[in-house]
Amino acid sequence: MKVHIPSPLVSYTQAREVDARGATLSEVLVDLDRQFPGFRFRVIDEQDNMRPHVRFFVNGEQVFDLARALAPSDEIQLVQALSGG
Amino acid sequence: MARAKQKTAPKKQSGSTKKEKVILLVATRKGAWIFHGDSARTRWRADGPHFLGHIVSHVVLDPRDGKTLLAAAKTGHLGPTVFRSTDLGRTWKEAARPPAFPKAKEGEKGRVVDHTFWLTPGHASEPATWYAGTSPQGLFRSVDGGVTWDSVSGFNDEPEHVKRMGGQQDGTPDGPKLHSVIVDPRDRNHLYLGMSSGGFHESRDRGATWTPLSQGMEVVGGFDPANLTFHDPHSVQICPSNPDRLYQQNHCGIYRLDRPGKTWTRVGKAMPKKVGDVGFPVVVHPRDADVAWVFPMDGTDVWPRTSPGGSPAAYVTRNGGKTWQRQDGGMPKSEAWWTVKRQAMAADACPKVGLYLGTTSGEVWASRNEGKAWAPIARHLPEIYAVETASIG
Repeated sequence: MKVHIPSPLVSYTQAREVDARGATLSEVLVDLDRQFPGFRFRVIDEQDNMRPHVRFFVNGEQVFDLARALAPSDEIQLVQALSGG
Repeated sequence: MARAKQKTAPKKQSGSTKKEKVILLVATRKGAWIFHGDSARTRWRADGPHFLGHIVSHVVLDPRDGKTLLAAAKTGHLGPTVFRSTDLGRTWKEAARPPAFPKAKEGEKGRVVDHTFWLTPGHASEPATWYAGTSPQGLFRSVDGGVTWDSVSGFNDEPEHVKRMGGQQDGTPDGPKLHSVIVDPRDRNHLYLGMSSGGFHESRDRGATWTPLSQGMEVVGGFDPANLTFHDPHSVQICPSNPDRLYQQNHCGIYRLDRPGKTWTRVGKAMPKKVGDVGFPVVVHPRDADVAWVFPMDGTDVWPRTSPGGSPAAYVTRNGGKTWQRQDGGMPKSEAWWTVKRQAMAADACPKVGLYLGTTSGEVWASRNEGKAWAPIARHLPEIYAVETASIG
């Protein structure tokens, strides 16, 4: 499925849009880390929580559960949400 | 694996007859810079920014090979990591497994590394070993030159230590820190570390077990010094010329410890009363254990932690803390409200020792004569978190 990558993570993917596989959001992140080593830890902490300024959207809807089931036609968007200087 | 872009590449140093030169490794809230000094330490060439926009807490050169750099970094969005360069910053590669606490068991609350704060190269006999201190307080070790990191379980999983670490409430404004990881140059199994807060601790078995070493250290009035939670060592340095001597700048004063003694002496009581002995960094002389420098901060009222009276100055002792002399030559005499953080002051190892400091307002100041006269060597940088020195041939 298609994954949209925010600019802070392009140093890993070298592209704003990549393909990844998985039946859940968690599996997609594992696949992204396989393709782009180090990717997952920058967005998911060691206790498997989403990091505070990272947001995940599936088909435009915000998702908070890494176990969320996905279909191959789904589109995932990662958003970096940061305020302050 | 993420690779960082770099604007300029340092020229290769070659030839054994070349005189050693000093470099400064400046870590800031928005990236890192490497300043290359000429042989007289009068002109400095800036190499950077490296990792522009990253929050860089510490950059350290491995003195064992003279070319490997580690940088502790994160961004406002992304989780913490460590970058590694084996060519003095020309190229960087991310650690394959950065410092991270173990995954908690089902139903238990696990800890999360917010950022790696401190980096220490291991003992000379262990050329691939590094230590890292994190926020919140955690100790990590790499035995492959910083590529992969493991939790030092003897510290991180010890319930008494975890209890003392408290949480964000008792930490510094940027989070509670584990810092001042020190390896005894005579014994690779002998380690020290400090926690803000949580006190100062010693291990004789390479981190498997730890003993508090906070006796004599004072705490904020009204609290029990027997409770290590209240102890806040800001920075601790071991004297290379006499590793039995340590100096400490604490939230509550300047201290000296001579081993095998176990009680710190508050040598900061000899500081001028109107200046006080509050501050963040302490720096030791590379060859004379009686000489150390501090950079006092205002610890009155609401603790501004700026230069007392708006008049910045270093203070030096040349007799182990019995007396202190003011060193403000070249610095602004008034209306200069500097803050210098705990990692942001360092000494080089030149025959006439050079001193360097970085301010939170983005200035780097240097002295080529052991603090007698100071001059700025860089301005308009982001908030400076750390300044380290190294010699390259």
